[in-house]
Amino acid sequence: MSTANPVITSSPSRTGVWVGIAAITMSFAAFTSAMVVRQGAAPDWLHFRLPPLLYLNTVILLASSATLERCRRRAASGAGPAAAIPWLAASITLGLLFVVGQALAWRDLAAQGLYLATGPSSAFFYLLTAVHAIHLLGGVVALIYVWFRLVRTEANNVPSALGATVLYWHFVGVLWLYLLLILAIRL
Amino acid sequence: MADSASPSPVHRDTTEKLAQLKHLPPEGFLRTHVFSLDHKVIGKQYLDMALVAVIVGMVLSWLMRFHLGFPETPVPGLGTIAPSSGAGGVMTPELYLSLMTMHGTIMVFFVLTTAPFAGFGNFFLPIQVGAEDMAFPRFNMMSFWVTFVGFLVLLAAFLVPEGAPISGWTAYAPLSAVGKDAGPGLGLGQTLWAVSIALFCVGQLLGSLNFITTTLDLRTKGMSLARMPFSTWAWFITSIIGLIAFSVLLPACVLLFLDRVGGTSFFIPAGLVISDRLQPHSGGSPLLWQHLFWFFGHPEVYIAILPGFGIVSHVLPAFARKPVLGPRLLIGCMAAIGFLSYTVWGHHMFLSGMNPFSATLFSVPTLVITIPATIVVLLWIGTLYGARLRFTTAALFCIGFISVFVSGGISGFFLAQPSIDTYLHGTYFVVGHFHFVMGVAAMFGIFAGTYFWFPKMYGRMMNETLGKWHFVLTFIGVYCIFMPMHYLGLAGNVRRYSAFTDEYMKGSLPLHRFITYAALVTGAVQILFFINLFWSRFRGAVAPENPWEATTLEWSTSSPPPFDNFGTWHPVVYRGPDEYGVEGPSGDFRMQAVPDRGGKGAPA
Ligand code: HEM
Ligand SMILES: [Cu+2]
Repeated sequence: MSTANPVITSSPSRTGVWVGIAAITMSFAAFTSAMVVRQGAAPDWLHFRLPPLLYLNTVILLASSATLERCRRRAASGAGPAAAIPWLAASITLGLLFVVGQALAWRDLAAQGLYLATGPSSAFFYLLTAVHAIHLLGGVVALIYVWFRLVRTEANNVPSALGATVLYWHFVGVLWLYLLLILAIRL
Repeated sequence: MADSASPSPVHRDTTEKLAQLKHLPPEGFLRTHVFSLDHKVIGKQYLDMALVAVIVGMVLSWLMRFHLGFPETPVPGLGTIAPSSGAGGVMTPELYLSLMTMHGTIMVFFVLTTAPFAGFGNFFLPIQVGAEDMAFPRFNMMSFWVTFVGFLVLLAAFLVPEGAPISGWTAYAPLSAVGKDAGPGLGLGQTLWAVSIALFCVGQLLGSLNFITTTLDLRTKGMSLARMPFSTWAWFITSIIGLIAFSVLLPACVLLFLDRVGGTSFFIPAGLVISDRLQPHSGGSPLLWQHLFWFFGHPEVYIAILPGFGIVSHVLPAFARKPVLGPRLLIGCMAAIGFLSYTVWGHHMFLSGMNPFSATLFSVPTLVITIPATIVVLLWIGTLYGARLRFTTAALFCIGFISVFVSGGISGFFLAQPSIDTYLHGTYFVVGHFHFVMGVAAMFGIFAGTYFWFPKMYGRMMNETLGKWHFVLTFIGVYCIFMPMHYLGLAGNVRRYSAFTDEYMKGSLPLHRFITYAALVTGAVQILFFINLFWSRFRGAVAPENPWEATTLEWSTSSPPPFDNFGTWHPVVYRGPDEYGVEGPSGDFRMQAVPDRGGKGAPA
């Protein structure tokens, strides 16, 4: 895409992210209803305690949203890319840390003898966290792309991809809060 | 989505910004023809893939029809192609079912979705809104290639040792979920099916994303929503339906895949014994698959047909030389169909043991959806009324479209009543219904689009005489094939059987033979189309810029359009898409991009 003029508030990449958000929301609605139906279908639902690590991961993910928001404000304030990039780097690091944390939570679950095929509740746990992590990694790829754009643009230009990616990143964070909530309620 | 007569400031900025952008011509063979970012090349790639797919799907249908008409006769050549399942050339029931599954899957996904939506939509949507390309050309390229890999994965199911899946295009669980015990093709073949459809979903999601964003953000100056051509509207609405539908089928395929290879039990109930083996699963719900599948499946039938609605509404006025009756109503009805299509999926599940009350809840919107569909048909007929129609091949296929859509739609009224459907559900009546209303109607839409747009896409005219023969013979042929199926269904002839040799069904054999003859002849007639297609591509008369005296933006650029669609010229739109039968500068029409004084706008 082009290097956008900062005057433009509505850009195709932003619209595109909103459309993507609609699609991803629909997919998770499908997963959720599958979960509800499956739980009601048979008495083999196994209740277990969520690995406490998830709550720490949640804090990390929320922090990454905050640092990314700062990155966006810095870039928009005209301070130039150099001022924004450290915050971008922090967000990417926190995002990757979250994924590592999720993997550790899986290990925790596996140590309790709960695997994908053990029962429907553990199956949904692995499935939902994995699909969410894939979406988050997609966001990381987009952030790395934004990094390249920031480095290459002149001082006063904000790549339109930045705003769009920030929007996406916040959405992935909200999506995680939603997933944590239904996992906490249902498992 | 307020539609204003003049574009909003934001969107004008966007257009100007894109205008400043240097859209560079592609370089090198790979970028130009293979991994092209150009929506026109991608559209053609989709169409070429659909052409290959439709040939494969048609050959499969011939094999099935041959066996249905002559159940004891060896199919010529089958013994060599499929020695295991076609011993001596006589088809086994398993082979028949795998052909049926592959036929349905290829046709629904890789023909009826790719050609009218992804194919024509890619080529013409950006041009019709006056954009240089789609909003995200890279995603667009990925959309095609992911879909193409999905197609290859599906075809690979023919090559695996146990053969292709046998669970139908609907892949009902638990049979589709348990694996080899349920039948030969339900091993690796069915897994490939799930992977293929998942890839297909990803490809179409990327495509829908582009269609929606391009329509919303990249319209040129003056192209308000109200001035968009009906075909653009249809692709836009279809892409919204697709965005939701494929977002649900994708998770469903993931769950199916996990049941098959991950040992989970989403769809497989406890205590299931298949082929004398207790399946190592517990507690899953086969109905869950049906719900997820049909929540996608019913909207999918509109994904297949709405682009056809758009094509007919776009093409008919150009040959009737008058505007479509009730343009706003037409668009409103298409949107209403799109919305309602999400409320009716249960009409495919009346026999799944659902509560009769739920059945009524699904029956009512199913009947309601016929109202906008009927209005659209009436608007088309009203458009034709009193028109001095130019009988081109494209116009004939539009009329054919209306005919087969009505013929197939009427049987829908019957199927929509749970009490009648209880009898008809598993019979050829349903086969007749959906082949008319979806299969043939969408094919006629594709034909109409091809005869109409070919000059723009390849810069050469198609042969009209061959085209008219193609239409007349195909039109008669499809009625001979699919009309009798309704009678068979009423007589209790079940579907998805490989042969009707049992005593009580023997009476249907002569009619099945007739259908088989009709299918083989109608299939052979398509050679006329293929010849026309290839001959015209290289030898057809050179096409002018606007051979049909049509009004929309694709006719304001050269045939074929340059890589950036309009060259140095940036089209500005002055009016709606449908100004026929008026006094214009060069005939009885006024083009969207020509200002009132004539001339072609100032070069930018
Ligand atoms: C006029 C309005 C329509 C009504 C009331 C209607 C109603 C129905 C009903 C009730 C069924 C279920 C029959 C059964 O399985 O027992 C059905 C099947 C089907 N319909 Fe329609 N339909 C309509 C239009 C369409 C259109 C426009 C399309 C496609 C473009 C379509 C495609 C299909 C397909 C593909 C199936 C069968 C799927 C399968 O079981 O393999 N229908 N229809
Ligand atoms: Cu339906």
